[in-house]
Amino acid sequence: MTKYDASELAEIIEMLSFQHLDIRAVTMGINIMGALRYDNLAEGVHEIVKERAEELRDAVEEVSSRLGVQIVTKRVAVTPISMLLDARAGDLEEAFKLGISVAEALDSAAKDLAVDYMGGYAAFVESGYSLGDRGVVKSIPEALSSTERITAMVNAASTLAGINMDAVYEMGEVVKRTADLTEGRGCTRLGVFANAPEGTPFVPGAYHGRGEEDPVINVAVSGPGVIENVVRSLQDADLRTLHDAMKRAAFKITRLGELVGREVAKRLGVRFGSVDLSLAPSPAVGDSVADVLRAMGVEEPGAPGSVLALAILTDAVKKGGAMATSSVGGLSGAFIPVSEDLGMAEAVRRGALTLSSLEAMAAVCSTGLDMIVLPGDVKEDVIAAIIGDVMALGIVLDKSLGVRLIPVPGAREGDEVDFGGLLGKAPVMSVGRFSSEALVVRGGIVPPTVSRLMKG
Amino acid sequence: MGEMIVVTVVGADKPGIVAAISSVLAEAKANIVDISMTVLRGFFSMIMVVDISEAVSDLSELRERLEERGKEVGVRVMVLHEDVFRYMQKV
Repeated sequence: MTKYDASELAEIIEMLSFQHLDIRAVTMGINIMGALRYDNLAEGVHEIVKERAEELRDAVEEVSSRLGVQIVTKRVAVTPISMLLDARAGDLEEAFKLGISVAEALDSAAKDLAVDYMGGYAAFVESGYSLGDRGVVKSIPEALSSTERITAMVNAASTLAGINMDAVYEMGEVVKRTADLTEGRGCTRLGVFANAPEGTPFVPGAYHGRGEEDPVINVAVSGPGVIENVVRSLQDADLRTLHDAMKRAAFKITRLGELVGREVAKRLGVRFGSVDLSLAPSPAVGDSVADVLRAMGVEEPGAPGSVLALAILTDAVKKGGAMATSSVGGLSGAFIPVSEDLGMAEAVRRGALTLSSLEAMAAVCSTGLDMIVLPGDVKEDVIAAIIGDVMALGIVLDKSLGVRLIPVPGAREGDEVDFGGLLGKAPVMSVGRFSSEALVVRGGIVPPTVSRLMKG
Repeated sequence: MGEMIVVTVVGADKPGIVAAISSVLAEAKANIVDISMTVLRGFFSMIMVVDISEAVSDLSELRERLEERGKEVGVRVMVLHEDVFRYMQKV
Protein backbone atom coordinates (compact mmCIF):
# COMPACT_ATOMS: atom_id res chain seq x y z
CA MET A 1 0.00 0.00 0.00
CA THR A 2 1.10 3.53 -0.74
CA LYS A 3 2.31 5.28 2.42
CA TYR A 4 -0.01 7.91 3.86
CA ASP A 5 0.53 10.41 6.65
CA ALA A 6 -1.98 10.12 9.46
CA SER A 7 -3.12 13.62 8.46
CA GLU A 8 -3.88 12.49 4.90
CA LEU A 9 -6.00 9.65 6.22
CA ALA A 10 -7.68 11.89 8.77
CA GLU A 11 -8.54 14.50 6.12
CA ILE A 12 -10.48 12.04 3.98
CA ILE A 13 -12.17 10.45 6.98
CA GLU A 14 -13.27 13.89 8.14
CA MET A 15 -14.65 14.78 4.70
CA LEU A 16 -16.71 11.60 4.54
CA SER A 17 -17.90 11.51 8.13
CA PHE A 18 -18.34 15.14 9.13
CA GLN A 19 -18.46 17.26 5.96
CA HIS A 20 -21.26 15.47 4.11
CA LEU A 21 -19.06 14.32 1.25
CA ASP A 22 -20.95 11.69 -0.68
CA ILE A 23 -21.86 10.66 -4.20
CA ARG A 24 -25.11 12.42 -5.00
CA ALA A 25 -26.12 10.19 -7.91
CA VAL A 26 -25.07 7.35 -10.12
CA THR A 27 -27.05 7.76 -13.33
CA MET A 28 -27.30 5.13 -16.03
CA GLY A 29 -27.98 6.43 -19.54
CA ILE A 30 -30.02 4.08 -21.72
CA ASN A 31 -31.00 4.32 -25.38
CA ILE A 32 -34.62 3.21 -25.60
CA MET A 33 -35.16 3.54 -29.34
CA GLY A 34 -35.33 -0.26 -29.46
CA ALA A 35 -38.81 0.07 -27.95
CA LEU A 36 -40.03 0.85 -31.46
CA ARG A 37 -39.64 -2.85 -32.27
CA TYR A 38 -42.50 -3.61 -29.88
CA ASP A 39 -46.16 -3.38 -30.90
CA ASN A 40 -46.92 -1.71 -27.60
CA LEU A 41 -44.50 1.21 -27.21
CA ALA A 42 -44.93 1.63 -23.45
CA GLU A 43 -44.38 -2.07 -22.91
CA GLY A 44 -41.23 -1.93 -25.04
CA VAL A 45 -39.85 1.00 -23.04
CA HIS A 46 -40.56 -0.82 -19.79
CA GLU A 47 -38.86 -4.00 -21.01
CA ILE A 48 -35.73 -2.30 -22.30
CA VAL A 49 -35.18 -0.16 -19.22
CA LYS A 50 -35.75 -3.08 -16.88
CA GLU A 51 -33.38 -5.29 -18.80
CA ARG A 52 -30.52 -2.76 -19.05
CA ALA A 53 -30.78 -1.40 -15.53
CA GLU A 54 -31.58 -4.69 -13.86
CA GLU A 55 -28.27 -4.86 -12.02
CA LEU A 56 -27.83 -1.13 -11.37
CA ARG A 57 -29.13 -1.24 -7.82
CA ASP A 58 -26.93 -4.16 -6.75
CA ALA A 59 -23.86 -2.70 -8.44
CA VAL A 60 -24.32 0.67 -6.72
CA GLU A 61 -24.91 -0.94 -3.34
CA GLU A 62 -21.90 -3.23 -3.70
CA VAL A 63 -19.59 -0.36 -4.63
CA SER A 64 -20.93 1.76 -1.79
CA SER A 65 -20.35 -1.06 0.65
CA ARG A 66 -16.89 -2.00 -0.66
CA LEU A 67 -15.53 1.54 -0.57
CA GLY A 68 -17.43 2.70 2.51
CA VAL A 69 -18.76 5.72 0.60
CA GLN A 70 -22.41 6.75 0.63
CA ILE A 71 -24.18 6.89 -2.74
CA VAL A 72 -27.37 8.85 -2.18
CA THR A 73 -29.46 8.18 -5.30
CA LYS A 74 -29.63 5.87 -8.31
CA ARG A 75 -31.07 7.30 -11.50
CA VAL A 76 -31.74 6.37 -15.10
CA ALA A 77 -31.72 8.73 -18.08
CA VAL A 78 -33.37 7.69 -21.35
CA THR A 79 -33.49 8.89 -24.95
CA PRO A 80 -35.72 12.01 -25.27
CA ILE A 81 -39.27 10.67 -25.44
CA SER A 82 -40.12 13.11 -28.26
CA MET A 83 -38.05 10.91 -30.61
CA LEU A 84 -40.19 7.88 -29.83
CA LEU A 85 -43.37 9.89 -30.32
CA ASP A 86 -42.11 11.21 -33.66
CA ALA A 87 -41.68 7.65 -34.86
CA ARG A 88 -45.03 6.39 -33.61
CA ALA A 89 -47.67 9.11 -33.34
CA GLY A 90 -49.87 10.17 -36.28
CA ASP A 91 -51.33 13.29 -34.67
CA LEU A 92 -51.07 15.41 -31.56
CA GLU A 93 -53.77 13.55 -29.68
CA GLU A 94 -52.00 10.25 -30.25
CA ALA A 95 -48.64 11.77 -29.31
CA PHE A 96 -50.17 13.09 -26.08
CA LYS A 97 -51.65 9.70 -25.11
CA LEU A 98 -48.54 7.75 -26.08
CA GLY A 99 -46.42 10.18 -24.09
CA ILE A 100 -48.44 9.61 -20.93
CA SER A 101 -48.37 5.83 -21.37
CA VAL A 102 -44.58 5.89 -21.81
CA ALA A 103 -44.18 8.13 -18.75
CA GLU A 104 -46.25 5.71 -16.67
CA ALA A 105 -44.27 2.73 -17.98
CA LEU A 106 -41.01 4.45 -17.05
CA ASP A 107 -42.35 5.33 -13.62
CA SER A 108 -43.31 1.74 -12.96
CA ALA A 109 -39.90 0.53 -14.20
CA ALA A 110 -38.24 3.03 -11.83
CA LYS A 111 -40.20 1.62 -8.91
CA ASP A 112 -39.42 -1.99 -9.86
CA LEU A 113 -35.72 -1.18 -10.14
CA ALA A 114 -35.56 0.95 -6.95
CA VAL A 115 -34.38 3.85 -9.10
CA ASP A 116 -35.04 7.25 -7.51
CA TYR A 117 -35.52 9.28 -10.68
CA MET A 118 -36.04 8.54 -14.35
CA GLY A 119 -34.95 11.42 -16.63
CA GLY A 120 -35.65 11.93 -20.30
CA TYR A 121 -39.26 13.03 -20.67
CA ALA A 122 -37.65 15.53 -22.96
CA ALA A 123 -38.02 17.66 -26.07
CA PHE A 124 -35.51 19.81 -27.95
CA VAL A 125 -37.34 22.77 -29.45
CA GLU A 126 -34.70 25.52 -29.66
CA SER A 127 -35.44 26.21 -33.30
CA GLY A 128 -38.85 24.59 -33.66
CA TYR A 129 -41.20 21.73 -32.81
CA SER A 130 -41.71 18.31 -34.31
CA LEU A 131 -44.94 16.42 -33.61
CA GLY A 132 -43.17 14.40 -30.94
CA ASP A 133 -41.84 17.57 -29.29
CA ARG A 134 -45.34 19.01 -29.24
CA GLY A 135 -46.69 15.82 -27.71
CA VAL A 136 -44.08 15.85 -24.94
CA VAL A 137 -44.45 19.55 -24.11
CA LYS A 138 -48.27 19.43 -24.07
CA SER A 139 -48.38 16.30 -21.92
CA ILE A 140 -45.76 17.33 -19.32
CA PRO A 141 -48.32 18.49 -16.70
CA GLU A 142 -50.33 15.25 -16.95
CA ALA A 143 -47.20 13.08 -17.24
CA LEU A 144 -45.73 14.61 -14.08
CA SER A 145 -49.01 14.48 -12.15
CA SER A 146 -49.61 10.81 -12.95
CA THR A 147 -46.07 9.72 -12.03
CA GLU A 148 -43.72 10.15 -9.07
CA ARG A 149 -40.22 9.58 -10.41
CA ILE A 150 -40.25 10.89 -13.98
CA THR A 151 -38.34 14.10 -14.68
CA ALA A 152 -39.05 16.33 -17.67
CA MET A 153 -36.88 18.81 -19.51
CA VAL A 154 -37.33 21.06 -22.51
CA ASN A 155 -34.38 22.62 -24.29
CA ALA A 156 -35.71 25.97 -25.51
CA ALA A 157 -32.49 27.73 -26.52
CA SER A 158 -29.02 27.05 -27.87
CA THR A 159 -26.01 29.03 -28.93
CA LEU A 160 -26.44 27.62 -32.44
CA ALA A 161 -30.18 28.22 -32.85
CA GLY A 162 -31.02 31.12 -30.54
CA ILE A 163 -34.09 31.19 -28.31
CA ASN A 164 -37.46 29.78 -29.31
CA MET A 165 -39.69 32.33 -27.57
CA ASP A 166 -42.88 30.47 -28.55
CA ALA A 167 -41.51 27.52 -26.59
CA VAL A 168 -40.44 29.78 -23.73
CA TYR A 169 -43.95 31.21 -23.53
CA GLU A 170 -45.51 27.78 -23.71
CA MET A 171 -43.22 26.58 -20.92
CA GLY A 172 -44.59 29.42 -18.77
CA GLU A 173 -48.01 27.83 -19.24
CA VAL A 174 -46.67 24.29 -18.75
CA VAL A 175 -44.97 25.20 -15.47
CA LYS A 176 -48.15 26.86 -14.24
CA ARG A 177 -50.40 23.98 -15.25
CA THR A 178 -48.04 21.40 -13.75
CA ALA A 179 -48.13 23.37 -10.50
CA ASP A 180 -51.94 23.46 -10.54
CA LEU A 181 -52.21 19.71 -11.08
CA THR A 182 -49.60 18.77 -8.46
CA GLU A 183 -49.79 21.52 -5.80
CA GLY A 184 -46.42 22.67 -7.06
CA ARG A 185 -44.55 19.44 -6.41
CA GLY A 186 -44.49 18.35 -10.06
CA CYS A 187 -42.43 21.44 -10.91
CA THR A 188 -39.55 20.05 -8.82
CA ARG A 189 -39.22 17.52 -11.68
CA LEU A 190 -39.36 19.99 -14.55
CA GLY A 191 -36.58 22.09 -16.08
CA VAL A 192 -36.23 24.42 -19.06
CA PHE A 193 -32.72 24.54 -20.50
CA ALA A 194 -30.39 26.41 -22.79
CA ASN A 195 -27.62 24.28 -24.34
CA ALA A 196 -28.65 21.20 -22.32
CA PRO A 197 -25.57 18.92 -22.37
CA GLU A 198 -25.63 15.15 -22.81
CA GLY A 199 -24.58 13.00 -19.93
CA THR A 200 -25.95 15.14 -17.10
CA PRO A 201 -26.38 12.88 -14.07
CA PHE A 202 -28.52 15.48 -12.30
CA VAL A 203 -32.27 15.69 -12.73
CA PRO A 204 -34.30 17.22 -14.26
CA GLY A 205 -31.54 17.88 -16.83
CA ALA A 206 -30.71 14.20 -17.35
CA TYR A 207 -31.44 12.59 -20.73
CA HIS A 208 -29.57 10.04 -22.83
CA GLY A 209 -27.93 11.85 -25.74
CA ARG A 210 -27.42 10.67 -29.30
CA GLY A 211 -23.64 10.76 -28.98
CA GLU A 212 -23.49 8.66 -25.85
CA GLU A 213 -22.50 5.04 -25.39
CA ASP A 214 -25.43 2.74 -24.57
CA PRO A 215 -25.66 2.06 -21.70
CA VAL A 216 -23.34 4.43 -19.87
CA ILE A 217 -22.68 5.44 -16.27
CA ASN A 218 -22.45 9.12 -15.27
CA VAL A 219 -21.77 10.33 -11.75
CA ALA A 220 -22.75 13.38 -9.69
CA VAL A 221 -20.76 14.43 -6.62
CA SER A 222 -21.58 16.62 -3.63
CA GLY A 223 -19.15 18.35 -1.32
CA PRO A 224 -19.95 22.01 -0.47
CA GLY A 225 -19.18 21.14 3.17
CA VAL A 226 -15.64 20.13 2.24
CA ILE A 227 -15.00 23.41 0.41
CA GLU A 228 -16.57 25.44 3.23
CA ASN A 229 -14.26 23.79 5.73
CA VAL A 230 -11.21 24.58 3.62
CA VAL A 231 -12.28 28.21 3.24
CA ARG A 232 -12.97 28.58 6.98
CA SER A 233 -9.45 27.35 7.74
CA LEU A 234 -8.01 30.16 5.58
CA GLN A 235 -9.67 33.25 7.02
CA ASP A 236 -6.70 35.55 6.39
CA ALA A 237 -5.68 34.17 2.99
CA ASP A 238 -5.71 36.34 -0.13
CA LEU A 239 -8.00 35.28 -2.97
CA ARG A 240 -5.39 33.53 -5.09
CA THR A 241 -4.37 31.39 -2.11
CA LEU A 242 -8.02 30.71 -1.33
CA HIS A 243 -8.75 29.77 -4.95
CA ASP A 244 -5.81 27.38 -4.91
CA ALA A 245 -7.02 25.66 -1.73
CA MET A 246 -10.56 25.34 -3.09
CA LYS A 247 -9.16 23.88 -6.30
CA ARG A 248 -7.24 21.23 -4.37
CA ALA A 249 -10.36 20.28 -2.40
CA ALA A 250 -12.42 20.13 -5.61
CA PHE A 251 -9.79 17.79 -7.04
CA LYS A 252 -10.28 15.36 -4.16
CA ILE A 253 -14.08 15.52 -4.36
CA THR A 254 -14.07 14.83 -8.09
CA ARG A 255 -11.62 11.95 -7.71
CA LEU A 256 -14.13 10.24 -5.46
CA GLY A 257 -16.74 10.61 -8.22
CA GLU A 258 -14.32 9.18 -10.76
CA LEU A 259 -13.52 6.20 -8.53
CA VAL A 260 -17.18 5.38 -7.88
CA GLY A 261 -18.14 5.81 -11.54
CA ARG A 262 -15.37 3.51 -12.70
CA GLU A 263 -16.18 0.87 -10.08
CA VAL A 264 -19.92 0.82 -10.85
CA ALA A 265 -19.28 0.71 -14.61
CA LYS A 266 -16.76 -2.11 -14.16
CA ARG A 267 -19.21 -4.16 -12.13
CA LEU A 268 -21.91 -3.71 -14.77
CA GLY A 269 -19.53 -4.32 -17.66
CA VAL A 270 -20.49 -1.01 -19.26
CA ARG A 271 -18.58 2.15 -20.12
CA PHE A 272 -17.95 4.90 -17.59
CA GLY A 273 -19.10 8.19 -19.12
CA SER A 274 -18.29 11.22 -17.01
CA VAL A 275 -18.31 13.01 -13.68
CA ASP A 276 -20.37 16.16 -13.29
CA LEU A 277 -18.08 18.40 -11.24
CA SER A 278 -20.94 20.47 -9.78
CA LEU A 279 -20.98 20.54 -5.99
CA ALA A 280 -24.53 19.50 -5.16
CA PRO A 281 -25.73 20.95 -1.86
CA SER A 282 -28.47 19.40 0.29
CA PRO A 283 -30.85 20.85 2.88
CA ALA A 284 -28.55 19.60 5.68
CA VAL A 285 -26.49 21.86 7.94
CA GLY A 286 -22.90 22.02 6.63
CA ASP A 287 -23.77 21.03 3.05
CA SER A 288 -24.47 24.44 1.58
CA VAL A 289 -23.02 26.47 -1.29
CA ALA A 290 -24.41 29.59 0.42
CA ASP A 291 -22.24 28.80 3.44
CA VAL A 292 -19.17 28.58 1.19
CA LEU A 293 -19.93 32.12 0.00
CA ARG A 294 -20.38 33.23 3.62
CA ALA A 295 -17.07 31.62 4.59
CA MET A 296 -15.41 33.46 1.70
CA GLY A 297 -16.57 36.77 3.19
CA VAL A 298 -20.00 37.50 1.72
CA GLU A 299 -22.19 38.50 4.67
CA GLU A 300 -25.31 37.05 3.03
CA PRO A 301 -25.68 35.54 -0.46
CA GLY A 302 -27.27 38.21 -2.59
CA ALA A 303 -25.11 40.98 -1.12
CA PRO A 304 -22.81 42.88 -3.50
CA GLY A 305 -19.79 40.61 -3.98
CA SER A 306 -21.88 37.44 -4.34
CA VAL A 307 -21.26 37.18 -8.09
CA LEU A 308 -17.55 37.69 -7.51
CA ALA A 309 -17.37 35.01 -4.82
CA LEU A 310 -19.44 32.54 -6.85
CA ALA A 311 -17.28 33.14 -9.93
CA ILE A 312 -14.15 32.32 -7.92
CA LEU A 313 -15.78 29.19 -6.49
CA THR A 314 -17.04 27.99 -9.88
CA ASP A 315 -13.65 28.50 -11.50
CA ALA A 316 -11.84 26.67 -8.70
CA VAL A 317 -14.28 23.76 -8.91
CA LYS A 318 -13.85 23.52 -12.68
CA LYS A 319 -10.05 23.66 -12.58
CA GLY A 320 -9.62 21.26 -9.67
CA GLY A 321 -12.22 18.93 -11.17
CA ALA A 322 -10.68 18.99 -14.63
CA MET A 323 -7.36 17.86 -13.14
CA ALA A 324 -9.11 15.02 -11.31
CA THR A 325 -10.93 13.47 -14.25
CA SER A 326 -10.49 13.48 -18.00
CA SER A 327 -14.18 12.69 -18.31
CA VAL A 328 -15.92 15.91 -17.32
CA GLY A 329 -19.62 15.92 -18.15
CA GLY A 330 -23.00 17.40 -17.45
CA LEU A 331 -23.41 20.89 -16.05
CA SER A 332 -20.13 21.04 -14.14
CA GLY A 333 -20.53 24.35 -12.35
CA ALA A 334 -21.77 25.41 -8.94
CA PHE A 335 -25.36 24.76 -7.99
CA ILE A 336 -27.27 27.60 -6.38
CA PRO A 337 -30.69 26.07 -5.73
CA VAL A 338 -32.81 27.81 -3.12
CA SER A 339 -34.92 25.15 -1.38
CA GLU A 340 -32.26 22.43 -1.75
CA ASP A 341 -29.67 24.56 0.03
CA LEU A 342 -30.37 25.43 3.65
CA GLY A 343 -28.12 28.50 3.50
CA MET A 344 -29.71 29.88 0.33
CA ALA A 345 -33.21 29.52 1.75
CA GLU A 346 -32.05 31.35 4.88
CA ALA A 347 -30.60 34.19 2.77
CA VAL A 348 -34.05 34.62 1.18
CA ARG A 349 -35.67 34.73 4.63
CA ARG A 350 -33.23 37.42 5.70
CA GLY A 351 -34.15 39.52 2.70
CA ALA A 352 -30.68 39.30 1.13
CA LEU A 353 -31.30 36.97 -1.78
CA THR A 354 -33.78 37.99 -4.47
CA LEU A 355 -34.70 36.74 -7.89
CA SER A 356 -32.55 39.48 -9.47
CA SER A 357 -29.48 38.56 -7.45
CA LEU A 358 -29.97 34.90 -8.35
CA GLU A 359 -30.19 35.85 -12.04
CA ALA A 360 -26.90 37.72 -11.74
CA MET A 361 -25.31 34.75 -10.00
CA ALA A 362 -26.62 32.42 -12.71
CA ALA A 363 -24.30 34.19 -15.13
CA VAL A 364 -21.26 32.70 -13.40
CA CYS A 365 -22.50 29.38 -12.03
CA SER A 366 -23.24 27.17 -15.10
CA THR A 367 -26.43 25.74 -13.64
CA GLY A 368 -29.04 28.51 -13.57
CA LEU A 369 -32.11 29.38 -11.52
CA ASP A 370 -32.98 26.35 -9.46
CA MET A 371 -35.67 25.31 -7.00
CA ILE A 372 -37.17 28.76 -6.66
CA VAL A 373 -40.59 28.82 -5.02
CA LEU A 374 -42.99 31.41 -6.49
CA PRO A 375 -46.41 32.72 -5.41
CA GLY A 376 -49.36 30.65 -6.64
CA ASP A 377 -50.84 33.58 -8.52
CA VAL A 378 -47.70 34.28 -10.59
CA LYS A 379 -48.74 34.75 -14.20
CA GLU A 380 -47.57 32.57 -17.10
CA ASP A 381 -45.92 35.49 -18.85
CA VAL A 382 -43.86 36.32 -15.75
CA ILE A 383 -42.60 32.72 -15.58
CA ALA A 384 -41.83 32.90 -19.31
CA ALA A 385 -39.95 36.17 -18.86
CA ILE A 386 -37.81 34.69 -16.08
CA ILE A 387 -37.06 31.68 -18.29
CA GLY A 388 -36.27 34.09 -21.15
CA ASP A 389 -33.71 35.93 -19.01
CA VAL A 390 -31.84 32.71 -18.28
CA MET A 391 -32.06 31.52 -21.91
CA ALA A 392 -30.48 34.85 -22.93
CA LEU A 393 -27.60 34.33 -20.49
CA GLY A 394 -27.19 30.83 -21.91
CA ILE A 395 -26.84 31.88 -25.53
CA VAL A 396 -24.86 35.07 -24.92
CA LEU A 397 -22.36 33.36 -22.62
CA ASP A 398 -22.45 30.11 -24.65
CA LYS A 399 -23.09 27.89 -21.65
CA SER A 400 -25.53 25.37 -20.23
CA LEU A 401 -28.16 26.90 -17.97
CA GLY A 402 -31.43 25.64 -16.60
CA VAL A 403 -34.54 27.01 -14.91
CA ARG A 404 -36.61 25.16 -12.32
CA LEU A 405 -39.41 27.34 -10.94
CA ILE A 406 -42.10 26.14 -8.57
CA PRO A 407 -45.28 28.18 -8.29
CA VAL A 408 -47.26 26.81 -5.35
CA PRO A 409 -51.03 27.24 -5.64
CA GLY A 410 -52.41 29.28 -2.75
CA ALA A 411 -48.96 30.28 -1.48
CA ARG A 412 -48.03 33.93 -1.07
CA GLU A 413 -44.72 35.76 -0.87
CA GLY A 414 -42.97 34.93 2.39
CA ASP A 415 -44.93 31.71 3.07
CA GLU A 416 -42.76 28.68 3.84
CA VAL A 417 -43.09 25.67 1.56
CA ASP A 418 -41.63 22.28 2.54
CA PHE A 419 -41.07 19.65 -0.16
CA GLY A 420 -39.35 17.19 2.18
CA GLY A 421 -36.14 15.19 1.80
CA LEU A 422 -33.43 16.39 -0.57
CA LEU A 423 -35.83 18.90 -2.15
CA GLY A 424 -35.83 20.92 1.06
CA LYS A 425 -37.91 23.92 2.07
CA ALA A 426 -37.88 27.60 1.26
CA PRO A 427 -39.88 30.80 1.51
CA VAL A 428 -41.95 31.90 -1.49
CA MET A 429 -39.99 34.58 -3.36
CA SER A 430 -41.20 37.84 -4.80
CA VAL A 431 -41.44 38.26 -8.57
CA GLY A 432 -41.90 42.03 -8.31
CA ARG A 433 -44.82 44.10 -9.55
CA PHE A 434 -43.75 44.77 -13.10
CA SER A 435 -44.17 42.59 -16.15
CA SER A 436 -42.71 42.10 -19.63
CA GLU A 437 -45.80 40.47 -21.02
CA ALA A 438 -45.75 42.59 -24.17
CA LEU A 439 -42.20 41.39 -24.86
CA VAL A 440 -42.72 37.66 -24.35
CA VAL A 441 -46.04 37.44 -26.24
CA ARG A 442 -44.27 38.64 -29.37
CA GLY A 443 -43.02 35.08 -29.76
CA GLY A 444 -40.82 33.95 -32.62
CA ILE A 445 -37.15 33.09 -32.57
CA VAL A 446 -34.47 35.25 -30.97
CA PRO A 447 -31.60 34.87 -33.44
CA PRO A 448 -28.35 33.36 -32.19
CA THR A 449 -25.61 35.78 -31.20
CA VAL A 450 -22.23 36.26 -32.85
CA SER A 451 -21.02 33.25 -30.84
CA ARG A 452 -22.86 31.23 -33.50
CA LEU A 453 -20.79 32.79 -36.27
CA MET A 454 -17.55 31.91 -34.49
CA LYS A 455 -18.51 28.25 -34.80
CA GLY A 456 -18.47 28.31 -38.59
CA MET B 1 0.54 -6.19 -2.44
CA GLY B 2 -2.64 -7.07 -0.56
CA GLU B 3 -6.06 -5.44 -0.47
CA MET B 4 -6.10 -2.79 2.23
CA ILE B 5 -8.78 -1.05 4.21
CA VAL B 6 -8.60 1.84 6.65
CA VAL B 7 -10.45 1.37 9.93
CA THR B 8 -11.14 4.46 12.02
CA VAL B 9 -12.37 4.31 15.59
CA VAL B 10 -13.47 7.37 17.59
CA GLY B 11 -15.22 7.81 20.91
CA ALA B 12 -14.83 8.39 24.64
CA ASP B 13 -11.78 6.61 26.00
CA LYS B 14 -12.17 3.54 28.21
CA PRO B 15 -10.36 0.22 28.72
CA GLY B 16 -10.84 -2.50 26.10
CA ILE B 17 -11.45 -0.53 22.89
CA VAL B 18 -8.28 -1.66 21.12
CA ALA B 19 -8.82 -5.27 22.25
CA ALA B 20 -12.45 -5.25 21.09
CA ILE B 21 -11.68 -3.96 17.61
CA SER B 22 -8.47 -5.92 17.03
CA SER B 23 -10.07 -9.19 18.15
CA VAL B 24 -12.75 -8.83 15.43
CA LEU B 25 -9.98 -8.28 12.88
CA ALA B 26 -8.01 -11.26 14.19
CA GLU B 27 -11.05 -13.55 14.02
CA ALA B 28 -11.50 -12.55 10.38
CA LYS B 29 -7.79 -13.15 9.71
CA ALA B 30 -7.34 -9.51 8.74
CA ASN B 31 -3.83 -8.25 9.42
CA ILE B 32 -3.15 -4.84 11.00
CA VAL B 33 -0.16 -3.39 9.10
CA ASP B 34 -0.11 0.11 10.54
CA ILE B 35 -1.75 1.79 13.48
CA SER B 36 -1.92 5.29 14.91
CA MET B 37 -3.68 5.99 18.19
CA THR B 38 -4.20 9.09 20.27
CA VAL B 39 -6.10 9.94 23.41
CA LEU B 40 -6.72 13.65 23.80
CA ARG B 41 -8.50 14.76 26.98
CA GLY B 42 -10.38 11.52 27.21
CA PHE B 43 -11.26 11.38 23.51
CA PHE B 44 -10.00 8.22 21.88
CA SER B 45 -9.10 8.03 18.20
CA MET B 46 -7.41 5.27 16.27
CA ILE B 47 -6.65 4.78 12.59
CA MET B 48 -5.60 1.34 11.40
CA VAL B 49 -4.43 0.18 7.99
CA VAL B 50 -5.55 -3.42 7.62
CA ASP B 51 -4.64 -6.04 5.03
CA ILE B 52 -7.75 -8.08 4.16
CA SER B 53 -6.34 -10.12 1.28
CA GLU B 54 -6.25 -13.26 3.48
CA ALA B 55 -9.45 -12.40 5.33
CA VAL B 56 -12.05 -15.14 5.72
CA SER B 57 -15.08 -12.85 5.72
CA ASP B 58 -15.97 -10.36 2.99
CA LEU B 59 -15.71 -6.63 3.49
CA SER B 60 -19.35 -5.81 4.18
CA GLU B 61 -19.56 -8.62 6.72
CA LEU B 62 -16.38 -7.43 8.40
CA ARG B 63 -17.66 -3.85 8.45
CA GLU B 64 -20.90 -4.97 10.08
CA ARG B 65 -19.08 -6.90 12.78
CA LEU B 66 -16.70 -4.01 13.49
CA GLU B 67 -19.55 -1.52 13.75
CA GLU B 68 -21.48 -3.86 16.02
CA ARG B 69 -18.49 -4.45 18.29
CA GLY B 70 -17.82 -0.70 18.27
CA LYS B 71 -21.35 -0.06 19.49
CA GLU B 72 -20.90 -2.52 22.34
CA VAL B 73 -17.84 -0.66 23.63
CA GLY B 74 -19.34 2.77 22.87
CA VAL B 75 -17.21 3.92 19.92
CA ARG B 76 -17.92 4.75 16.31
CA VAL B 77 -16.16 2.60 13.70
CA MET B 78 -15.75 3.58 10.08
CA VAL B 79 -14.35 1.31 7.38
CA LEU B 80 -13.10 2.68 4.06
CA HIS B 81 -11.35 0.91 1.22
CA GLU B 82 -7.78 2.01 0.48
CA ASP B 83 -8.80 2.91 -3.09
CA VAL B 84 -10.65 5.94 -1.68
CA PHE B 85 -7.42 7.34 -0.22
CA ARG B 86 -5.33 6.43 -3.25
CA TYR B 87 -7.73 8.21 -5.59
CA MET B 88 -8.27 11.27 -3.42
CA GLN B 89 -4.78 11.87 -2.04
CA LYS B 90 -2.43 10.85 -4.86
CA VAL B 91 -2.17 12.42 -8.30
